[in-house]
Amino acid sequence: MTIQFNDETFRDDYTFKNSQWAIDRFPFPFHEDSYMYSVNMEQHQGGPAGSVYEKRFDVDEHYVAEMKDRAMVLAEDPLRCQSLDHMTLAGWDLLELIMVSKSEDYPDLFELHRDGNNWHWINRPMGIEQKFSFMDETTLPYGPMEYITRQTQGDFAVLDQRDDNLWMDAGMVTTQADWSLDFDIGMNFFEWHAPVPKAHEMGIFVRALKFLLNIQQGAPARRLNWTMTVNPLLDTSPENYHKWGVQKTTLTSDNVGEKQFLRVELQTFFRLPRSNALVFPIRCYLIALEDVVSVPKWGRRLHRVLRDVPVELATYKGFIDNRPMIVDYLSEYDDGLPTSDGIWPDKDTEPPFQA
Amino acid sequence: MSAGTNKIAVTVSDVVPVNEIVKRFRFVRSDGGSLPTFSGGAHTVVEMQDGEITRLNPYSLMSDPMDQSAYTISVRRDDEGRGGSLFMHQKVKPGDEMVVSYPVNLFALDLRARKNLMIAGGIGITPFLAQIKQLSAMNGRFELHYACRSSALASYADELTRDHPQNVQIYFDDAKQVIDLENLLDGQPLGTHIYVCGPKGMIDWVRGKAADLGWPREAIHYEEFLAPQSGKPFEVKLSVSNKIIKVGEHQSLLEAIEAAGVDAPYLCRGGACGQCETSVIGYDGKFLHRDHWLDDEEKASGEKIMPCVSRFEGKTLVLDR
Amino acid sequence: MSSFDFPESIKSRPRYGTLEPRAGKFHLIIADAEGAEAILGLARSDPSLMAKAHIIYFPLDTGDTFTGQLEALTPKQLYVGPSYSAAIPRLRRTLQDAHMGLQVYLTGTEGLMGQAMLEVTDAGIPHTAIQTEHRGSVARRMQCVHCKGVTEDVITDPFECSHCGLNLFVRDHYSRRLAAFQGVCVDAEDPSNVPEKVELYS
Repeated sequence: MTIQFNDETFRDDYTFKNSQWAIDRFPFPFHEDSYMYSVNMEQHQGGPAGSVYEKRFDVDEHYVAEMKDRAMVLAEDPLRCQSLDHMTLAGWDLLELIMVSKSEDYPDLFELHRDGNNWHWINRPMGIEQKFSFMDETTLPYGPMEYITRQTQGDFAVLDQRDDNLWMDAGMVTTQADWSLDFDIGMNFFEWHAPVPKAHEMGIFVRALKFLLNIQQGAPARRLNWTMTVNPLLDTSPENYHKWGVQKTTLTSDNVGEKQFLRVELQTFFRLPRSNALVFPIRCYLIALEDVVSVPKWGRRLHRVLRDVPVELATYKGFIDNRPMIVDYLSEYDDGLPTSDGIWPDKDTEPPFQA
Repeated sequence: MSAGTNKIAVTVSDVVPVNEIVKRFRFVRSDGGSLPTFSGGAHTVVEMQDGEITRLNPYSLMSDPMDQSAYTISVRRDDEGRGGSLFMHQKVKPGDEMVVSYPVNLFALDLRARKNLMIAGGIGITPFLAQIKQLSAMNGRFELHYACRSSALASYADELTRDHPQNVQIYFDDAKQVIDLENLLDGQPLGTHIYVCGPKGMIDWVRGKAADLGWPREAIHYEEFLAPQSGKPFEVKLSVSNKIIKVGEHQSLLEAIEAAGVDAPYLCRGGACGQCETSVIGYDGKFLHRDHWLDDEEKASGEKIMPCVSRFEGKTLVLDR
Repeated sequence: MSSFDFPESIKSRPRYGTLEPRAGKFHLIIADAEGAEAILGLARSDPSLMAKAHIIYFPLDTGDTFTGQLEALTPKQLYVGPSYSAAIPRLRRTLQDAHMGLQVYLTGTEGLMGQAMLEVTDAGIPHTAIQTEHRGSVARRMQCVHCKGVTEDVITDPFECSHCGLNLFVRDHYSRRLAAFQGVCVDAEDPSNVPEKVELYS
C-alpha cells in the first residue's frame, strides 16, 4: 500500500492539509443529529477496506509529519512521556503489539524479523533500522514504550490493572486534548476522568470501567471521542495552554471554515499479555470545518450537534466562546433535510446540499 | 463478552501422572503455530466433549509464560465432582484434539511488589509455578510456603525445592507440619504482597489472620475456583431468547444456557469475577447463591444471579438472557 | 474545632475522614499544627494505642500549644520538629525498618498529609490503607502545569506562580504523586484580564 506522506506542520505556519482521500475516510463521530456521552464501545476487529478502522494501528499521509512534531514536543518537554518503574514489562508488550501489527498490516512500510529474542525492525517511512534484544532495555536507545511510540501516530496511555481499577502508570502524550500526563500519571480511572462534567452522575465511568477490566487478549475494542481546536495544532496540552489558548481569539467569521477544526479521537483498547496491562491508544484526526461541510450529510449534522450540545460540554471542550460563530458558519451548510443514521458520509445516497 | 469468543485449537502432546490424584496435560497448537504468551497466574478454559455434554473448566497455566510452544496444566482428580476432572483423567490421551481459550488472568502479580509472599495449598500450587518462572526471569523476589497432604501427593514440591532452595518451604499435613502463619505475616518488609491459592478454608484463614495483623486489603490477592455444585434439576425461562431450558442435576445454569445455543458472558466460571451476572426478571422459589461476587443485599434482593455456580429451587425463574 | 467541612467536589479531590484506632503492633502518626487535636482524639478512643505509637509532629505556628499534651500521652516515641521537609530523611529511615501491618495516621494540613502519604506509599503501603484527618489551615500546595514548580500555602484564586510568575487559577484536580492541586494559566485567552483574587472556599 503506497501512501504519499505529507511534509506539513502542526504549529507556527500550520501547513497541515487533508487530501481528498483523508477527508473521505475521516472518522466523523456523530451517528445522529445530537450528542450525549455514552459507553459507545465496539469490537476493534477490522472495518471497511480503506477506512481508519480497518488496521489495528492506522497509518495515513500525516504519519511522518506527526512523528516530527512529536519529537519536537519531547525535546521541549520530556515529561510528556513517562513510565513508572513497574511498567517496563507493559512497554515491551506494547512494542511487540505495534511492531507485529504494523509489519503484518503494512508490509511495504514496516518489517519485523525475529530470531528468538534477536529482533530486527525496519521502519521505511521514518528511515529507521534497529537491531535489538527483546526484553533488554540496554539494547534500545529509549525505554520500549517510548521507543515504539515515537514511531506510532497517536497518544498512548498504558494502564496497570489492579484492585478492580485501571491506573495510568505510563504514557506518551503529545497530541492530547488538554490533559497533563505529568499530573495524571498514577491516577486511577475515576480520578483522571474527574474533570469531565456530567458523565460521572450518569454512571458512564462505572460501566466503562467494568467493560475495560474484562477486555481480553485478542479481543480489542474501540470508540470515538471528539473536541474542537482552532488551527491544526496537535500539541493542545495544558503545559502550553498559556501559549496556544489565545489562538481561540483569532477566529473570525471569514476564517472559521479554514481555521476551526473538528478533532476526533479514535480510542482503542488492547489487553497486553505479559503484564496483563491495558493499552489505550488515542489517535487524533483533524479536519477543517470547510472540509467537513464538503460532505453534505456531515455539514447538516455537525451544525445540529454543535448548536444543541449542552453548555457544560461546550465549555469543557473549550469552544464555548466561539460557538456562536461556529454555529453561524455551519448553518449555511444545513438545508434542513433529514440525515441518515450512522457516521458514514453516504455520498451516494444522501441528497446534495440544497441552498 | 465471553472469553470463549477466542478459542485455540490444540492437540494434547503429553499426559503425565504426577501422583495418585494429579495428572499433567501439555497442549500444543494444532496448526503448529505459537501460542499466545500470558502473565503468571492466568488460566485457560478447557472445552471437553463428554458424549453429549460439553464442559468448560478453568485450569491455571503452570508453564513458563515466555514459552509459546505449549501450555501445561495440572488437574486434580475429584471423584465426587461433576465429572470434568474425571473426564480429563480417564478420557484424554496424547493426540486428542481439544479447544482451549486465550489466557485470562484474574490472579495477576502486583508488579510493584518488593516481595511476593505465596501461600499454596494442594493443587493451588499451579498458578505459582508460572508466576515463579516469570519472577525468576525478572529478578523478582518471592517466597513460597506450600502445604501438601503428604510427600506422595506433593505435586512439584521436589522440583521447586531443587530450583529454589532458599525461597521454598514445604509443609506435610501427615507429618503435622503447619504453616506458622502468625509468625510468617509478622515482620515482612513494606511493599510485600501476599498471594494465596488453595481450598476455601486456607484462603479464609490467611485473609483473616492478615486482617488481624493490620495488613491492608490491597496487599492480599487470592484465587479460588469454585466448582459448580450439583443440585436438583430446575426449569428456567430465558426471556430475551424466548427459550425454556432445563438445568440438569450435574449441569450448571451457565452450561444449560450455553447448551441452548444462547451466548452468555463468562470469564472465570467459578463465581468470582462477576462477568456472568444475570438479571432476574421474575421468580417463584428460592435462590441457591454459591458465588463470591454478589453482596448479601444483592443475594437477598432476588434481582441477580451468577449462573456459573448458583442454582434455583422452585416453580419459575425468568432470566434476562 | 480546627477541622474544615470541604465542599463536594470532583473525584480526584482527596477526601479526609476521622482517625480511628486499628489493629496492629506499630502505629506511625504524622501531624502538623492543629493536627495534634486529632491525635488527642485518637488517644481518647484507644489509650492503649499510644504505647505502640511513634509520633512525628510539627507545631509550626501553634508553638507550644499542644506539645505538652502530646508528651503527656507517653507515646513510644515522640519527635517534635521545625518542619516536614527537615524531617524527611528521618521519616524515610523510620520506614526502612517498618513492616507490613504498620498503621499510618496523617493529620493536619493537606500539604503535610499529601507529602507524608507520598513517602509512605513509596515505601510500600497502599494509599487507601493510610488514614487521614484534616485539621487547621486550608491553604493548598499548587503545581503550575506550565513550569512544573510547586507554590506552597496558596489561599487565593487566582494566585501567582512563585516560580514563573504566571497568573494561575486553582483547580480541584489533585495528584497524589505530586501532593499538589493543579494551577492553570487564568488569562491565556484574554491576556492580562486577571479576575480579582478571592479567598479559597469563600
